[in-house]
Amino acid sequence: MSSNNGPTREVARRVFAAEYNDGSHTFKESDDERAPLYYLLPTGERTNRVFLVGTLTETEDVGEDSEYWRGRIVDPTGTFFAYAGQYQPDAAAMLRDLDAPAYVAVVGKPRTYETDDGTVNVSVRPESITEVSAGTRDRWVVETAARTLDRIEAYDAEGNEYGRMARERYNLDVDRYREATISALESLEEGDELDGGDADDGGATDDRRRESEPPT
Amino acid sequence: MPDVRTHAEEISAQFSDHLDVTPEEVAEKLRTLVEEYSVPMDEARRSVTSSYLEEAGMDREEIAPAGGESTLVGEIDDDEQWVDLEVQVADLWEPRHESIAQVGLLGDESGTIKFVAFSTSELPELEEGVSYALGNVVTDEYEGDYSVKLNRTTTITELDEAVEIGDDSTEAVGALVDLQSGSGLIKRCPEEDCTRVLQNGRCSEHGPVDGEFDLRVKAVLDDGQRVQEVIFDESATEALTGISLPEAKQMAQDALDTTVVEEEIAASVVGRYYRVSGPELGRYVLADEFTELSGGVDAEETLIRARSI
Repeated sequence: MSSNNGPTREVARRVFAAEYNDGSHTFKESDDERAPLYYLLPTGERTNRVFLVGTLTETEDVGEDSEYWRGRIVDPTGTFFAYAGQYQPDAAAMLRDLDAPAYVAVVGKPRTYETDDGTVNVSVRPESITEVSAGTRDRWVVETAARTLDRIEAYDAEGNEYGRMARERYNLDVDRYREATISALESLEEGDELDGGDADDGGATDDRRRESEPPT
Repeated sequence: MPDVRTHAEEISAQFSDHLDVTPEEVAEKLRTLVEEYSVPMDEARRSVTSSYLEEAGMDREEIAPAGGESTLVGEIDDDEQWVDLEVQVADLWEPRHESIAQVGLLGDESGTIKFVAFSTSELPELEEGVSYALGNVVTDEYEGDYSVKLNRTTTITELDEAVEIGDDSTEAVGALVDLQSGSGLIKRCPEEDCTRVLQNGRCSEHGPVDGEFDLRVKAVLDDGQRVQEVIFDESATEALTGISLPEAKQMAQDALDTTVVEEEIAASVVGRYYRVSGPELGRYVLADEFTELSGGVDAEETLIRARSI
């Protein structure tokens, strides 16, 4: 692991929307006011940062007094919600300027919000949003599948502190995330126009064709 | 840790051609130092060896090193050690002084190391691209960098089988998730041998100076398990972003702001996957080579894994 001098940068976890939206528990690991806030993934991993790639399908300014942009970002398993306001000016500007649909990569922090009826919504507060190619999206799906399987395999392992925490807090059947992973990978195999394609770039024509497909 | 007996046998073997010393005699001397005088074994060995060297009228260089295991160049981490190497001559340089017969790089699977052969040693010349077993070379250290010196006791045996030279560069693969401050168009201190990056026109060493423009990217690669910081220098930055130093200067001039360069770079690289390789420089990997990973990916293997859990 990264044992560099200075504070260690938090790794950006890879997680599908189906799993991401299922959690609710956040925690700190020290009493320090500035200690990182972690969101607990249902497959048992602490998360202070995420990296996701998907199709931006809709943007809306939901702010009342000032601009507050919401973006819906769809992956093969569900929808991520990203919110950016005045404290995330670059990300807010991207959501204002981008024309959906578009493939976007988002680096951001997990945020949870409890509604009046007690349900907890999980969203992303973006640090950056950039437009990317279909090839980058596909790579993210395969990578996220692998990292999700890593977590599922380690879920019940002895000494997996966050696996234990997830069992106590959520008690969900993690096999549903394995199934979501399988269908995410199958969706790539089906619509795989990248097979045998140029290895350098997803290609602009691919992008256009993909973007015109209706989001799932 | 070898015992007294083993050390004694090694020492007596080293002098077998020159002196009549039995392992028993050596062991006795070692034991006296170690047990009665609490001298550490290394030091005891050195002391006993010295006394026999004197007795035989020899230099330390002339005795065969203990053991016969060859060392990997990447394992060398100490000064003045006698080692045997199996290496290929990776590179030969022009000696800068007549006292030096040959200077260059030797390599094995663990990487490369500088070597020097002195004229006074009168050794046969090494040829570039040829692999050798080198017996009895001595390690040297200068400001944390290690090299080996060939000497007149060094044995040179050409090997039939070529020694492969390993790549000592580090590879990092992941999504480029962030640019660090100090990316884009920067100014460096123009003072000789000072390349510090200026902060608000000031060098931390030389104060306010007229800086010289440079272009670089300091980025974070993240594979979901660990992060690796990487640096792209001016030419790598141009290859990465398509922005050259003159273009970057023009962009900054047009916008009256140098930060536009960083913003432009961020828009074209953040969120993409890269494979970067190069030497490690402190916390960073210096991007000698890199590729964007945006082509077709194989989902099949992961799918098989997912179905088999």
